[in-house]
Amino acid sequence: METVFQAQISYNQFLSAAGTPLQALPEWAGKPDILVRYYRNMVQLRQLDNKIIALQRTGQMGTYASLLGAEAIEVVLGELMLSDDVLVPYYRNHGLQMLRGLPLADMLSYWGGDERGSASATMAQDFPNAVPIATQALHAAGVATAIKIRGEKRAVVTVCGDGATSKGDFLEALNVAGAWQLPVVFVVNNNQWAISVPRSLQSAAATLAQKAIGAGIRGEQVDGNDVIALHESVTEALKHAREGKGPTLIEAISYRLSDHTTADDATRYRSNEELKAAWEREPIKRLQTFLHTQGWWDEVQETAWQKEVAQIIQQGLDSFLQRPPQPVEDLIDYLYAELPDALKEQREQLIRNAQPGGNHHE
Amino acid sequence: MSDAITMVEAINLALHSEMQRDDSVIVLGEDVGVNGGVFRATVGLRETFGIKRVLDTPLAETMIAGLSVGMAAQGLKPVAEIQFMGFIFPTMEQIICHAARLRHRTRGRLHCPMVLRVPFGGGIHAPEHHSESTEALFAHIPGLRVVIPSSPKRAYGLLLAAIRNPDPVIFMEPKRIYRLNAQTVEDNGEALPLDSCYTLREGADITLVSWGAMIKETLEAADLLAQQGVSCEVIDVVTLNPIDHETILASVAKTGRCVIIHEAPKSCAVGAEISATLGERGLLSLQAPVARVTGYDTIMPYYRMENHYLPNTADIVEAVTATLEFS
Repeated sequence: METVFQAQISYNQFLSAAGTPLQALPEWAGKPDILVRYYRNMVQLRQLDNKIIALQRTGQMGTYASLLGAEAIEVVLGELMLSDDVLVPYYRNHGLQMLRGLPLADMLSYWGGDERGSASATMAQDFPNAVPIATQALHAAGVATAIKIRGEKRAVVTVCGDGATSKGDFLEALNVAGAWQLPVVFVVNNNQWAISVPRSLQSAAATLAQKAIGAGIRGEQVDGNDVIALHESVTEALKHAREGKGPTLIEAISYRLSDHTTADDATRYRSNEELKAAWEREPIKRLQTFLHTQGWWDEVQETAWQKEVAQIIQQGLDSFLQRPPQPVEDLIDYLYAELPDALKEQREQLIRNAQPGGNHHE
Repeated sequence: MSDAITMVEAINLALHSEMQRDDSVIVLGEDVGVNGGVFRATVGLRETFGIKRVLDTPLAETMIAGLSVGMAAQGLKPVAEIQFMGFIFPTMEQIICHAARLRHRTRGRLHCPMVLRVPFGGGIHAPEHHSESTEALFAHIPGLRVVIPSSPKRAYGLLLAAIRNPDPVIFMEPKRIYRLNAQTVEDNGEALPLDSCYTLREGADITLVSWGAMIKETLEAADLLAQQGVSCEVIDVVTLNPIDHETILASVAKTGRCVIIHEAPKSCAVGAEISATLGERGLLSLQAPVARVTGYDTIMPYYRMENHYLPNTADIVEAVTATLEFS
């Protein structure tokens, strides 16, 4: 018997969980600018996340998917994607969406049950959040197909969770991206849990990155709590995509420090010990330690930034709360480019019912 | 004027015609390129428009639909072929959750100008899973358009309209009549409306409503009935979402009687929707209950028994006779 194929998966990590370098750092990490920006952005996302959960608990926000533990992935993709790249997100990418220009009030609109949150012109060609699992991976491949047909130098990034890698859509997307060498980067936020199902029950594969091998594309694992490692992996993957060298699958190892959503209770299925251990690896503390060691960040800056972030969030929240309700006819008017005659009567009924005295007046 | 061509040739002509006119039209699917499609609907496109506009895809229907959504959101106009209706079901999540919904959920920021072409229906002695008529599944989905041609001329004009339409269209091709009749089809680039029935024959005594391949049996029944002195009005519904109820209501207001004919199973089918609308809005003009001549509420059989399943001309004549005799 001869070996006809062999492959290996590498794991990329620069900063230890304690915030100390494990190997020589890349040149860009020898300066504070990008790393401090990563830190500030992560702090902002975490404070925002806490705020939204508090709003949900008091009935001012709908069911919300927390970003707790995904901050590093969000800020690195937000930094490295260009404005004319296309993001095809899942429902845990709102940090990234804001870094790409989505106003906080729009983001809050989405999670507050209002489709106008996906209508913001700032989203340009980016897709709205995919709620059905893994379906977005195929849209990303389709966007990348259009880019390739047109011969443009743009990249597409799509993100999904570890559970999504079990779905056909994900594998079909990897497959066609490989067959056609599409300019797309698949990022798996492997946060170890798909609601209550642990990573070990999703797949017998030792890594999720190795699913790339079956599709004949680049695949690697990276510490998803380490912004430096993420920066390196994503930079390389985007470069490949833009240069027409094909797709990459990045498995970012993180941990879902939150419940799946505000409608979930993770204490039903996972241990406190596991959660406690995961907090030791989380992305913000380790970068903070590193920045302190370098002398690039201190307590005074921390206090000032936390205060500023609170103001930014309050402004966004005020703007969200002042937003007028959407016209009820939006429910029908955006279904087709041109409203079919058959729907006109239902549209009138809808409007009539919403008016004062109508059955559905609020 | 060209020579007479069949429906599948008219579909091919429409694809050539629109791809010539519009660079953003991309044809994709299984075997659509080198092989020209298993029914030859896409033959010659790859040679004319090249591999960047005619994509032989990997064998994955969900992928074909999902890829089309992504391409459409970028402003391309993908025209994807799903080889047979029986293989369309993996695409349902992509169609319902994304294609039909993208415009609505982004309030028009993105939209999805894609066409899924799919041959459907029985009567060609095909393998299992190749003969279903599940148009009702799609007609039920808000945001989709569902179109079924029944002649070469209309297949040409309706496919042009489907490709030009800025919203997703399921274009169902009744494969039993792909090569049944030939018509002269002028390649004039003129699209037909996507919200209109066609009155194929005017009549005074009863309205026959059908679509797709059953139009053949419906017209045959109308001929037989004419010999008995019964004047049938025959309506081809053509667009199953949205349905042009006005044309049907106006016809029944004139005739007072209606028989609906379709190949799909009876329950919860498009015929039920038409019948319900006649009850809601045409009750006072009805002189008899609306009758339905349909497939049975069972699995579309493998070909040995498909003739038992498919409605035929005698079934239609019988239903018309009973409806006319009702008092």
